[in-house]
Amino acid sequence: MSNSLKIRAGLVLACLVLALASLGPTLFGSSLPDWWRKAFDPIHLGLDLQGGMHLVLGVDADKAVDSRLDTIVDQTEDLLREKDVIFKRVDRSSGERIVITVYDEEAGVAADALMADNFPSLEAMTLPSEGGYIQKNYRMSNSEIEAVREYAVRQALETLRNRVDQFGVSEPTLQRQEGNRILIQLPGIKDPKRAIDLLGKTARLEFKMLMENASPQDAVAGKLPPGGQLLFERRVDARSGAVSEIPIVVEDKTVLTGDLLSNAQVRIDNRFNDPYVAIDFNAVGAKRFDQITAANVGKRMAIVLDDTVYSAPVIRERISGGSAQISGNFTEQEATDLAIVLRAGSLPAPVQILENRTVGPSLGQDSINQGILSVLIGGLLVVVAMLIYYKLSGLVANVVLVLNVIFILAMLTIFGATLTLPGIAGIVLTIGMAVDANVLIFERIREEIRLGRTPRAALEAGYDKAKLTIIDANVTTLIAALVLFQFGTGPVKGFAVTLTVGIISSLFTAVIVSRLIFDYFLSRGKVDRLSI
Amino acid sequence: MQIIKNDINIDFVGKRKLAFIVSGALILVGLISLVINGGPNYGIDFAGGTLVQVKFVDNTDAAKIKDSLASLDLGSMVVQRFGDDANEFLIRVQESTKEKDLSAMISGSLNTVYGDGKVDIRRVEMVGPQVGKDLREKGLLSIAYAMIGILIYISWRFELRYAIGAIIALLHDVLITIGAFSITGREIDLPIIAAFLAIIGYSLNDTIIVYDRIRENYGKHKKEGFSKIINSSINETLSRTILTSGTTLLVVAALFIFGGGVIHNFAFAMLVGILVGTYSSIFVASPILILWDDFRTGGQKKVAAEGGAK
Repeated sequence: MSNSLKIRAGLVLACLVLALASLGPTLFGSSLPDWWRKAFDPIHLGLDLQGGMHLVLGVDADKAVDSRLDTIVDQTEDLLREKDVIFKRVDRSSGERIVITVYDEEAGVAADALMADNFPSLEAMTLPSEGGYIQKNYRMSNSEIEAVREYAVRQALETLRNRVDQFGVSEPTLQRQEGNRILIQLPGIKDPKRAIDLLGKTARLEFKMLMENASPQDAVAGKLPPGGQLLFERRVDARSGAVSEIPIVVEDKTVLTGDLLSNAQVRIDNRFNDPYVAIDFNAVGAKRFDQITAANVGKRMAIVLDDTVYSAPVIRERISGGSAQISGNFTEQEATDLAIVLRAGSLPAPVQILENRTVGPSLGQDSINQGILSVLIGGLLVVVAMLIYYKLSGLVANVVLVLNVIFILAMLTIFGATLTLPGIAGIVLTIGMAVDANVLIFERIREEIRLGRTPRAALEAGYDKAKLTIIDANVTTLIAALVLFQFGTGPVKGFAVTLTVGIISSLFTAVIVSRLIFDYFLSRGKVDRLSI
Repeated sequence: MQIIKNDINIDFVGKRKLAFIVSGALILVGLISLVINGGPNYGIDFAGGTLVQVKFVDNTDAAKIKDSLASLDLGSMVVQRFGDDANEFLIRVQESTKEKDLSAMISGSLNTVYGDGKVDIRRVEMVGPQVGKDLREKGLLSIAYAMIGILIYISWRFELRYAIGAIIALLHDVLITIGAFSITGREIDLPIIAAFLAIIGYSLNDTIIVYDRIRENYGKHKKEGFSKIINSSINETLSRTILTSGTTLLVVAALFIFGGGVIHNFAFAMLVGILVGTYSSIFVASPILILWDDFRTGGQKKVAAEGGAK
């Protein structure tokens, strides 16, 4: 053997050993020693093969801006009262504006000073007064709006991550995407409906005092007293499971929110065996809760989650421990999930499910089986065709083909790429196309032999002339494959990955490995005739 | 073994008019079908909507499934048999409501009618209208990007006229494949875009191998005339073209038959695309070089004649 041959053989052998080693954990799983399994992960299967859920959630960031403005209005009212500034009212107006209506110039100046101190990001504008009042306008700047939106999406991602972590899914993926979207992938999930309930819930917990003197019937008919809000209490009949909704009128103003929670846990009621969620407030929350209950003994307080009243108990006495309970005819699962979302925190803005792709485990397994079957049958057909057409040289091409598939799978494992169903199709396609490089070379060699060259010279010329053609032809396919990457995620990307890896691998195996095999046989002695 | 004889010399180039008529007719039929059907038949990836793949334990049919879902008032709904299993169905609903979880409603209804455990929800896909629109744009853009990238690469490695010939051949392949989808009533969704790009890559592969030979022969026998060189180049590479297309068709056919329902349309696209791609690299991509050449020299003659007249 010549030196060049030895070096090339060593290189190919090294690649093969590495490839086989990397595929070990995929093929033999836990029967391998620990160090081996630590070195290489088994091949990653896409959601379409192993089953799982792919969700794209859109964060309604405009709502976050709305609620930020609402908060500012509330705080402004409190501040104005605190400083004894006399004002008519504080409103929200279109175009992200807050309007303070005051009676005289003096109060206007005071309001301006107060707003500049407390909300420096708001831009003051004075509009012509009407009817003897002075309207002070404050506009939220565009950069501030952008910041609120941005924060809402970041915060939503964080909250969703907390929820997913508590849900207990192995290897979840959460990614922020353009346009306020969040991608969530939950492999191997068993109960998709529960996951959607858990992730889609805003979980905005609010405590509101009931308007005792307002009639819910009038409110339903459209006659809502000023400062009131019509909500519905959800009641589940323990026996029939039927859900009914009872109208309740509460004060618009929220006295306490779930932001001040420190913990939430599921407990079981001893008397009726009903699960409920026990919540603990943090220090600030506990103090506020103490004040509110002290001031409202004998009145009813509604516990509102995402605009649905869960219960509206009467405050019997002042509660100073900083804990409360939410009961509402929950099943145990509902109570568990409610505790999870409360612990994980509320979403700063509602989310909508924009895309949902869920594959059950049974379909995934079927797809794997059918994919493997088509690879085997397709591969076998090609192997037979090559043997018949090119005889011994066809055998060389077949050895190379098998190596090719091993290398493709190994590269997927080593780079941590994901194998999807279209990805398997990509492998099948590569098998068909990998043969192409060898066909090109073999046809060239046949042409050279017909011109009367010796086997060695024909081989040399065949490889040389075919090489550039092969590269040109494959680079263009590579361009198409690379363009597919812009789809970012999902099965299509899987196809792009295997196609790309397949092209690189077939170039390597066809140009270097098959040549090596020929050279090896030619080096062992004089060859009169090529079996081609 | 050899399928193609060494001294084969089929007059492919001479039959280019016939080939253009055949290609034109194939494209036209596809376009007519597209017009009749009011555009491409987009799957939920591009049109938005909800799709549920259900496998039933007991025998059932599409009508019964529709009946059991009637109370949900889902708007336009399509129920069709899916894959090889007689009791596996696809339920597609155009609407994709954000408020309600349609798939949960569907599975709830089916469970009530058929009984718990008799219904296996195998797959759910919901794509909102906005996402569908985004994906449609992305899909079209990706095909455009691929073509531009290829145009640049071939112009660089060969010449502009080769690049234009190759791109026309690619458009030809993709148009015919889209037409075949329309005629057979198949839906175009995300994996089909992947298939289109694979077809583009594959068809190009074929075209470039012929072009490469044309370029090589052009250097050697410049005197023989362009169309003769093209014809002999096609003949010289014919054996390879048929063998490679043959093996690729074998594996794609395996995928089409054994790959299962989810990949069925993808395999169909590949099957059509490879057949058309092979045809186009022989009958479209290379003869176009002659057309281009005729056009150019014809133009020059005209200029020369006008110049002479002055």
